[in-house]
Amino acid sequence: MLSKSEVQKIAQLARIEITDKEAEKYSTELSAILGFVEKLNEANTEGIEPIAPARLATRSVSGGHITGAKNVTREDKVIEASSETKDKIIKNFPEKKDRFDKVKAVF
Amino acid sequence: MIRDLHNKLINQAITSEKLTEEYFAKIEEKDPEIKAYLSLNKEFALDKARAVDRKIKRGEEIGLLAGIPCAIKDNICVENLPTTAGSKILENYIAPYDATVIKKLKKEEAVFLGKTNLDEFAMGSSTENSAYQLTRNPHDATRVPGGSSGGSAAAVAAGECVWALGSDTGGSIRQPASFCGTVGLKPTYGLVSRYGLIAMASSLDQIGPITQTVEDAAIVLTRIAGADRNDATAMKSAETVYENCLSGEIKDLRIGLPKEYFEGEGLDSKVKEIIERAAQKYEKLGAKLVDINLPSSEYALATYYIIMPCEVSSNLARFDGIRFGKSIEKEIESEKNLVLKEIYFKSRARYLGKEVKRRIMLGTYALSAGYYDQYYKKAQKVRALIKKEFKETFKKVDIILGPTAPTSAFRIGEKTQNPLEMYLSDVYTVTANIAGLPAISIPAGSVKIEDRNLPVGLQLMGKWFDEEKLLNAAYSFEAGK
Repeated sequence: MLSKSEVQKIAQLARIEITDKEAEKYSTELSAILGFVEKLNEANTEGIEPIAPARLATRSVSGGHITGAKNVTREDKVIEASSETKDKIIKNFPEKKDRFDKVKAVF
Repeated sequence: MIRDLHNKLINQAITSEKLTEEYFAKIEEKDPEIKAYLSLNKEFALDKARAVDRKIKRGEEIGLLAGIPCAIKDNICVENLPTTAGSKILENYIAPYDATVIKKLKKEEAVFLGKTNLDEFAMGSSTENSAYQLTRNPHDATRVPGGSSGGSAAAVAAGECVWALGSDTGGSIRQPASFCGTVGLKPTYGLVSRYGLIAMASSLDQIGPITQTVEDAAIVLTRIAGADRNDATAMKSAETVYENCLSGEIKDLRIGLPKEYFEGEGLDSKVKEIIERAAQKYEKLGAKLVDINLPSSEYALATYYIIMPCEVSSNLARFDGIRFGKSIEKEIESEKNLVLKEIYFKSRARYLGKEVKRRIMLGTYALSAGYYDQYYKKAQKVRALIKKEFKETFKKVDIILGPTAPTSAFRIGEKTQNPLEMYLSDVYTVTANIAGLPAISIPAGSVKIEDRNLPVGLQLMGKWFDEEKLLNAAYSFEAGK
């Protein structure tokens, strides 16, 4: 069972502000789901190598990829976005100064 | 259906402009109730349609999808169009580029009518988690269309587009296809590029078609499949013309019936009957039925509910109120002079929905120090186990048959209170994502509930990258009806 304070700690790590009431609700819901996934402990995975996460598709890893992909690479070359695309990206900044994304003070 | 419309276009029995206008008229008539679309794209669509008409007039050749009106799930980027992913945090986001599938479809001169509703960031099984609107099932407006590609499935079923794109992470194409009585195909992981699809769980996500017929699904797949330099996991080169593989001949095809898929606790007895009848029909069509066991399948859903939230928690870290989308400070007058961290916390708190936050937190917990081995790594090991089991099984059979979902469409609000209960509606579909296999849902019959006929889908799973055999098996069933 996840306690309310554990939920608050997770929310901190996840960068989501939650109220005390929400923490209580998440504590019940997350605990129920974690209880459900306990089932995995029954599976015998001795000697089994884990499947690699998608971000490692460019590498050979012991457990392999789900579809057996290996060493998918391409030329390490920067491809410049068109100025039109750049404008569109800049347009999506919530706050900007000139062509820069405006970021708040860290402290 | 696509081929018929294509023939009408090239024989000049109808123009693409007229056809597109007809679909917009249908949307105007039906969508106030169904609410499948989040945004429409009328001017742009009609322009494209007229361009195709001019080409036809000049006697130029056009492809099968040219001039045919379709709809796109709103988590797939179409340049210059809003792409919300069903979330408030992307309410004002205009996609700066085309997803690879969209680039391909533009080359094919497909006509995009608009973007369809979905569960927020594709997280859900009923489309009720959309931050914008409730989509209704065209077969019974008091019921959900399924999800997360509920808007796409409802639009196809209601005749508000010829075909649609969806995305499938744990069943999000197949389950709504089953609920709405359409065809829905999740390709093999890696057959279709995910570039420009707003990522939910990168090792599970796959884009695919929702259509009225199996041939239509094949036609669309041919045109969206292929390796892509922008997605290292998209690895198969596009050579197969899937619509040419539909002979309907399935003599001696070995179809496996997994015991576990017919004995599940939550499986509705009427759904079970329909699926058993479908299996018998396959036997009559010349296939060989083989009883099989997939004991690791019982771990699939639990595996999914670790891997998916873990990948969600890292993929959705980018929605921080800084780089794009909504930022709390910009929107709320009283929230001024915040420091960076507060922007993150408050923007995410306000503009992400409940289910999304639940999954981010679940994943954050499972990936946090001390828990990685216990959860993510364990789940990836079980995943390897499941893959191994399928590899062995596919030595004995060519296709695996079972229900797409344990029930027909449920009522709006029926499962929103209990997340776990909602998760169980994916019990038969997640396995294909966990193993990376291709799977299709096709209409197999309907159950009568309170004077309404609710569709029931049949799920077929095939070998990795063997969409040819999978689609042909589906086609044979459809043709033999």
